Amino acid sequence: MSAWLDFEKPVLELEQKIQNLREKAGASGGAALELAELERRAESLRREVYANLTAYQRVQLAKHPQRPYTLDYVERCFTDWTELHGDRHFADDPAIVSGLAMIDQRPVLLIGHQKGRGTKENLMRRFGMPNPEGYRKALRLMQLAERFQVPVVTLVDTPGAYPGLGAEERGQAEAIAVNLREMAKLSVPIITVVIGEGGSGGALAIAVSDVVLMFENSVYSVISPEGCAAILWRDGKKGPLAAEALKLTAPDLERLGVIEGIVPEPVGGAHRDPAAAAEALKKAILRHLDALSGVSPSERMDRRLARFRRMGVYRENPA
Amino acid sequence: MSWLKRERTGIKAAKKPARSDVPEGLWTKCESCGEALFQSVLEENLWTCPHCQHHFRVPARTFLQYLVDEGSFEERDANLEAGDPLEFRDAKMRYPDRLALARQETGMKDAALSGVARVGDKPVALTIMDFFFMGGSMGSVVGEKVARSIETAMAERRALILVSATGGARMQEGILSLMQMAKTSALLARLQRERLPFISILTDPSTAGVLASYASLGDVILAEPRALVGFAGARVIRQTIGEDLPPGFQRAEFVLEKGFVDRIVHRKQIREEVSRLLEFFWRSTRGFAREGGKSPHAELPARAALDLGPAADSVTR
Repeated sequence: MSAWLDFEKPVLELEQKIQNLREKAGASGGAALELAELERRAESLRREVYANLTAYQRVQLAKHPQRPYTLDYVERCFTDWTELHGDRHFADDPAIVSGLAMIDQRPVLLIGHQKGRGTKENLMRRFGMPNPEGYRKALRLMQLAERFQVPVVTLVDTPGAYPGLGAEERGQAEAIAVNLREMAKLSVPIITVVIGEGGSGGALAIAVSDVVLMFENSVYSVISPEGCAAILWRDGKKGPLAAEALKLTAPDLERLGVIEGIVPEPVGGAHRDPAAAAEALKKAILRHLDALSGVSPSERMDRRLARFRRMGVYRENPA
Repeated sequence: MSWLKRERTGIKAAKKPARSDVPEGLWTKCESCGEALFQSVLEENLWTCPHCQHHFRVPARTFLQYLVDEGSFEERDANLEAGDPLEFRDAKMRYPDRLALARQETGMKDAALSGVARVGDKPVALTIMDFFFMGGSMGSVVGEKVARSIETAMAERRALILVSATGGARMQEGILSLMQMAKTSALLARLQRERLPFISILTDPSTAGVLASYASLGDVILAEPRALVGFAGARVIRQTIGEDLPPGFQRAEFVLEKGFVDRIVHRKQIREEVSRLLEFFWRSTRGFAREGGKSPHAELPARAALDLGPAADSVTR
């Protein structure tokens, strides 16, 4: 059972045709030539469709219900996962998971937004939208990593921080702000990969990092296309237009100098081949862990500050 | 122009009460209690309503006069202007046109005013946001001005004051406006090494991305009475939880009660309040001196007899 997006329909139709033909031909292997031809067409169609995705189609892929989430990658890229819960003040927030893990025999502290599969889990995890407790738990564990000089890896996948009554009462803005400042003080390497949705401050609160990477079909934006459209187009249905205008895809952010690189996805998106996506993620994390480990802690902190300090586009004209 | 077509007038920004070109003797209706007030009365009262204490929104330059010692302000980074990195165009116009319009309406180049000044005779670096310029939204220019104020504070051993009046990040600069949150907050991490005080002042409104970065990171956070202070918009929250919000939700008083604001200060007391705070930190650092070092502000002797007792005025909390 697979969920398909509108623009994927031609691919789906062709793939179904191939499957039908294969079933009909059965063991006889009769339609081998025709099958090969169809397979070839399917492959080129897939390449064509997925190579020319619009910004909004990428948004849809980033939010795809079958897309691998943090815990799926934990299972495939890491070993010895030990989840640690709670902010030690108010609650445990299941919209962020965090814990100790090993990657290729090396200890890391892993933090990631976590969406749910199905209604029940999604309600429990608030569709990956953290409360302040989630951010405070993340910070508590980052500071634990600091004490034991363990690198931090964060996986970003959230529509944004949760807009709730309790979240406001317990200082959603303060929790995010404190993380932005405190992450700048960590001397251990921090690597962030946007694996799905990078929703504004809710994403940034675990992404003040030395290296920020994005999966090919992930997005990272100051506001959701729908939210932006509702304000600037006065029509939430103009999301596709806003998505285009916001420049929120991985290639856009690379051009804007906001990320260090793009992690390739299997054709059709990470959900079409989660194992391949996980392999690419693991490779990227290990490569950057190696590179960052060769830098002294104080140098790393200076570079991290400089990384964000240079961001922004403005002119400075003499009076 | 066809008569069938309605002239689009565009989004009207809130009234700009303190523009100098408003003729004197004009009545203004209090947005809160409805009382008709003379312009001159409002100006005397620093644009607060003498009947209900409602605080009108004021432009950055007006707030500046209320905050700093007279004649002490020296503007910095006045020539920063926004670029258009996304080549952003919304339903109505291109971003550069929207900027041009805002410049025309406000006389500002962007949504913040920066510089150095004295408050209660103490040296400060400050940035004041201007809500009338595109809703006080933070793009690269606002972020850069705040960043430079933080750097000025460190380089010249000044206290830092950031005054917020903002709806949040500027959508038209996309991800780069989000990055201003990280840029300013990361610099504030450096400021914390320096033993220099940072006072954050929240005026109406102080919300979203700005509240989720520097505005919430003050050593002392002051707010104007009834100022809107919150992360998410009320409409979005109402939609999410499917019920009405409690009265006073996201107002400064509510936020103080929840523990995220230190004090609520009437505009008429703001200079005195900040002066008193700075006096405390000035004395405790022997004139904003580095640890074990000398104060670089020899020309500004610590005033001996400033009353550090509780504020006399009952409006101050």
